Amino acid sequence: MNRQDLAVAHEPSARERAMLAGRVVEFVRVARTEHFRVGIQEAIDALKVAQCVDILEERQLRWALRALLCSNPADWKNFDALFDRYWQQPGANAVQITVGGELPRPRATAGGTRAPEVPYAAAQPPSRERRELDALRVGASPHEAMTRSDFRLTQLNEDTYPLEQWIESLARRMRRRLLRRHHVRNLGRRVHLRRTLRRSLPFGGLPLELAYHERRRELPRLVLLVDISRSMNAYSYFFLRFARGILDAFQNTEAFAFHTRLVHIADTLREPDRQRLKDKLAWIAAGWGGGTRIGESLQAFNREYARRLVDSRTFVFILSDGYDTGAPELLGEQLRRLRARAKRIVWLNPLLGRADYAPIAVGMQAALPHLDLLAPAHNLHSLMRIEDMLLRL
Amino acid sequence: MRAFDETEELIGRLEQAGYIAERSLAVSLLLMAQLERPLLVEGDAGVGKTQIAKALAEANGCELLRLQCYEGLDVNAAVYEWNYQRQLLAIKMRETENTSLAEKERHVFSEEYLLQRPLLQAIRRARAPVLLIDEIDRADEQFEAYLLEVLSDYQISIPELGTVRAQSIPLVVLTSNGTRELSDALRRRCLYHYLDYPNYEKELRIVLRRVPGIEERLAGQIVTFVQKLRAEDLQKRPGTAETLDWAAALVRMRVASLDADPQFLADTMVCLLKTREDRAAVPPSVAARLLAQST
Repeated sequence: MNRQDLAVAHEPSARERAMLAGRVVEFVRVARTEHFRVGIQEAIDALKVAQCVDILEERQLRWALRALLCSNPADWKNFDALFDRYWQQPGANAVQITVGGELPRPRATAGGTRAPEVPYAAAQPPSRERRELDALRVGASPHEAMTRSDFRLTQLNEDTYPLEQWIESLARRMRRRLLRRHHVRNLGRRVHLRRTLRRSLPFGGLPLELAYHERRRELPRLVLLVDISRSMNAYSYFFLRFARGILDAFQNTEAFAFHTRLVHIADTLREPDRQRLKDKLAWIAAGWGGGTRIGESLQAFNREYARRLVDSRTFVFILSDGYDTGAPELLGEQLRRLRARAKRIVWLNPLLGRADYAPIAVGMQAALPHLDLLAPAHNLHSLMRIEDMLLRL
Repeated sequence: MRAFDETEELIGRLEQAGYIAERSLAVSLLLMAQLERPLLVEGDAGVGKTQIAKALAEANGCELLRLQCYEGLDVNAAVYEWNYQRQLLAIKMRETENTSLAEKERHVFSEEYLLQRPLLQAIRRARAPVLLIDEIDRADEQFEAYLLEVLSDYQISIPELGTVRAQSIPLVVLTSNGTRELSDALRRRCLYHYLDYPNYEKELRIVLRRVPGIEERLAGQIVTFVQKLRAEDLQKRPGTAETLDWAAALVRMRVASLDADPQFLADTMVCLLKTREDRAAVPPSVAARLLAQST
């Protein structure tokens, strides 16, 4: 390997300084490959730092670069190791320069050190009360029996097509209701003093024309994570239809499917052709067999997508029966992280619809403290109740 | 060795202001001015995040402006607002005057009627102040985005007056308790410092520096006890602020040594343990065990 070590203990020459500067820029690049959020501006500033801090005093350089390149507690924890690996410093006051040195290996993801969240009111008992269906809200609805029957007992055929359509349109109605709620709230308006004053000028300062604050209409962002493992076989097709409806009705919505790994399916679900969609859905819903790794799938989601897709306006829906073959600690930890980013986490569990079911599976137990809502989703009726819950959350 | 001297000098000035800073923090504080970037400080409650800004202002001999964030904080409360009542009065009073409409408008929307809030004040000072934006995670995202714009360009536009450019770049310190994830853009814009609980030596120096008239032996016992207490499984671990409160309380009560009166010790633990669960987690027996280890 082409290694050239030189220890510098006194005032550096111009050439040495230039070399060191090169190494600093290279270090910024390495940090970027290690998932530090650094860009060109950071590289430029790192060069400035290299000029103004005492570059030959290793600790000065370390601290300065740490302040510049880190942006969260996890970075902060990993920085020293990265710095050491890169500079491989032998002594306190000397910087060892390695030209063409090997790049450090990607670090293991380290757990962030965040304050523990307060568990939100979690386990909502499965609704066993089977009250009359709200006829007003349902309007022209599929047959009563259809809204009540468990999806797993429903055979997929031409007769169920209205049911499928209904599931999709549910999302559109959800959107309408959410928007309407915003509108109703707007009735209590606040006077916009600044504009009112502006408009009063033509009237010699009499506030004749009042201006009001407008409230922005903010639809929630939704992210759906659909479990398509074998244990969910009976439900996943309907959940995917539901996901398609939601994708249609809400902007800023993303959908993922998972079993042992995570797959982005939003583009597939947007397929306009009915038959082809059906084939694709059936293909996705068939699953790949094997166990369910909810914790690892969530970890993948947190690592690759959460930063971009989940913010404090986002509702995350997890549609799963909670049978997890992975470690429950991992599931708990990943949910906790997701919870810190998202507005709400809603877990829809089709098993909750069964009278004898209690969420005691290990995975479900690990998940409970981090959920805002655990709701049944085994038939159309329970899906229709989701919008009420959304409005209340 | 210019930077080295500067760091040492800043540490000295901070200590004069009552703040014991690690060298790495001092380096970050120096970088803030050199790179014209804000500093984001994270860490548990009570480790002295807010104190950094106060001490920095005192050490630099400049003004401290503070913006406390809360949910629903908007531009009116953070940047500027027109003094509507006075404007209305002024319009009424000048009604009969024989000036043009444009003239009147210019008058009403002049500096005289502008209420300056911390952000605007900070960039209009001739001498760079320290601007403390406390608990930024409590403000909502819209405000965070606006703040990011101000902190990148250091200018604020007021439609009626025009754009106000910074006369000097303020030293901005942001603190966050991590109740909400901050946007990546803001994190990238800032230098970052994670403030951990101080180690024994540092905390002892802090207590000796901040609690007048405390004896070194008592201070040593207090710090050891608190450090042990932090290792327990608590909901809210006591921070440096709590240590200082407790030390001050014990000095007020003329306690010479922690082991003199165990009951009294238990009574004053209210300074350290702030939730019912934590009180229950440290019964007198546990306190006695920790005490035995620290004296």
